[in-house]
Amino acid sequence: MAPVLEVSGLSTVFHTRAGLVRAVQDVSFSVEAGETLAIVGESGCGKTMTALSLMRLIPSPPGEIVAGSVKVAGTDLLQLDEPAMRKMRGSQIAMIFQEPMTALNPLLTVGRQIAEMVSLHENVSRRAADARAVEMLRHVRIPAPERRAMEYPHQMSGGMRQRAMIAMALVCRPKVLIADEPTTALDVTIQAQVLDLIGDLRRELGTAVVLITHDLGVVAETADRMIVMYAGRKVEEGTTKELFAHPNHPYLQGLLASVPKFGAGEGTRLREIPGMVPALNNLPQGCAFAPRCSAAVAKCQEAIPPLETKRPGHAAACWMS
Amino acid sequence: MIQYTLRRLGLMAITLFGVSVAIFVLLRIVPGNIADILFDSAGMIDPAEKQQIVKDLGLDLPLITQYTHWIGGLLHGDLGYSYVSEKPVLDEILPRIPITARLAGLALMFAICTGVPFGVISAVRQNSWLDYALRVVSLAALSMPSFWLGLLVLMAFVDWLGLLPIYDKAPATWGAAILMYCVPAASVGLRSSALIMRLTRSSMLEVLRQDYVRTARSKGLSEAAVTFTHALRNAMLPVITVIGIETAFLFGGLIVTETVFNIPGIARFLVVAISWRDYPMVQNLVMFIAIVVVSVNLIVDLAYMLVDPRIRLRT
Repeated sequence: MAPVLEVSGLSTVFHTRAGLVRAVQDVSFSVEAGETLAIVGESGCGKTMTALSLMRLIPSPPGEIVAGSVKVAGTDLLQLDEPAMRKMRGSQIAMIFQEPMTALNPLLTVGRQIAEMVSLHENVSRRAADARAVEMLRHVRIPAPERRAMEYPHQMSGGMRQRAMIAMALVCRPKVLIADEPTTALDVTIQAQVLDLIGDLRRELGTAVVLITHDLGVVAETADRMIVMYAGRKVEEGTTKELFAHPNHPYLQGLLASVPKFGAGEGTRLREIPGMVPALNNLPQGCAFAPRCSAAVAKCQEAIPPLETKRPGHAAACWMS
Repeated sequence: MIQYTLRRLGLMAITLFGVSVAIFVLLRIVPGNIADILFDSAGMIDPAEKQQIVKDLGLDLPLITQYTHWIGGLLHGDLGYSYVSEKPVLDEILPRIPITARLAGLALMFAICTGVPFGVISAVRQNSWLDYALRVVSLAALSMPSFWLGLLVLMAFVDWLGLLPIYDKAPATWGAAILMYCVPAASVGLRSSALIMRLTRSSMLEVLRQDYVRTARSKGLSEAAVTFTHALRNAMLPVITVIGIETAFLFGGLIVTETVFNIPGIARFLVVAISWRDYPMVQNLVMFIAIVVVSVNLIVDLAYMLVDPRIRLRT
């Protein structure tokens, strides 16, 4: 099956007063229809910038996508002019954001905001667009959708707003859905509902989902494959099962060890990764993780390790593994 | 919303009562009354005559009685007689209202129609040359006193260029009226325009950084649709409030501008009445202005509720 989304060699930089910030460097991945790919990493590792680069929503200036290609069903988004790109947004590639509280316009009804998307991409009457909005709200399991469509975002709970966001993103049946930390701001019980909803819609509509998260629990439950990012680079890639079973890169090993587990014994200290993510405008010469890595040797400080296949369906960028 | 309006109307009554007391007391604190002024300026010298005037006008009565006479009359629609012209106050004020209303309306329209678009342009093109230019101009406009600006405008447009008619008689047609009023209106409204522009700019910059604007872009909306349907509506909320406050300040500017441009509106008339200590005139004019300002603020708050569902649906 041909992948719906093919990203190759994507590099995004920000020109700032503090120098060139390399937010995303040479990131490649692909997602098939109906598949979920998780992008995992700490805050500031380039996950959200990767997502915004895919949508071409990087604020420019200061941001700039300097290299690579983002192909959705064969069309390279980075080659399109702005009007053509606008046609793709929402209809082919859509995005939901972390904060359902602030991601919806407070002055417009939820129904109107969803219908706006329909009117924009499909040649339908306003009434038909409104009807589609109600239908989509029902689809994302919002009770009494006719009434809810007339409500404003502040009248809804966080979980309900995030569902409305999902309804908006999927109403034009895009081929690719980017979900940027869709559950981070929600209660745990609501989190599970929202993730289930995204999973069901993905299966039903055959949408390729790029799930951006720092929550490894979410990844384990929902993603088919995952990539691990560190300091703007992809450092590990593989099926979720394989990566959780055999983490190869010391960074992923560290991340997995820092997740609390049941029955680990009382008084056992969680392992943490010492230090901080390096500043992206002042990256070390070699492997960006080397300063925090217990396994680092001289070579790690000299050259950036290439991404190599370590086991079938599992690649990592580490000299020591 | 109806409950809110009623509550606000109640507050309005209290405010107006406060204003009436304040203007009444302030006028009497100022030294001299109409009789003193008549004697000083017109050279009347008979003290008995002066006593008679004071007695005729009721100025010898206790203040509380004078106040209740005034308010009682006001509530019955009887505004009393002017001390100076000896005509009913209502007949003096009414013909002057349309003149000032036109001037104030035009000034406010000028302020909004220039302030908002320039503010949006300045925000959307942040840190461009256009933005810098607009910011400098608006700062200058904010710092310029309107009487000085008015004099400059008079000099430039009337004296040197001869482009504009000066106010000598009431204009015959609407077109002539607008032409005659537009320059004074612009010079009164310039300050408000600059304030509205700066506020729109900062409010827009704030809103353009919001997540929902990014959401709007992610839907595939054009920049124009993002700016006007999503950002501007949100950015207008604080601007609406300031427009209400500016209406009050506008009267201050009008007093000066009507004087400079020789326009026979109520603002200039108020200054004349104050100089004569024409109590019924001043008191009723101030009350009229207070009613206008308070009403405009109520309308602004109601408009705010209409625009923002978060406020409309809470009450």
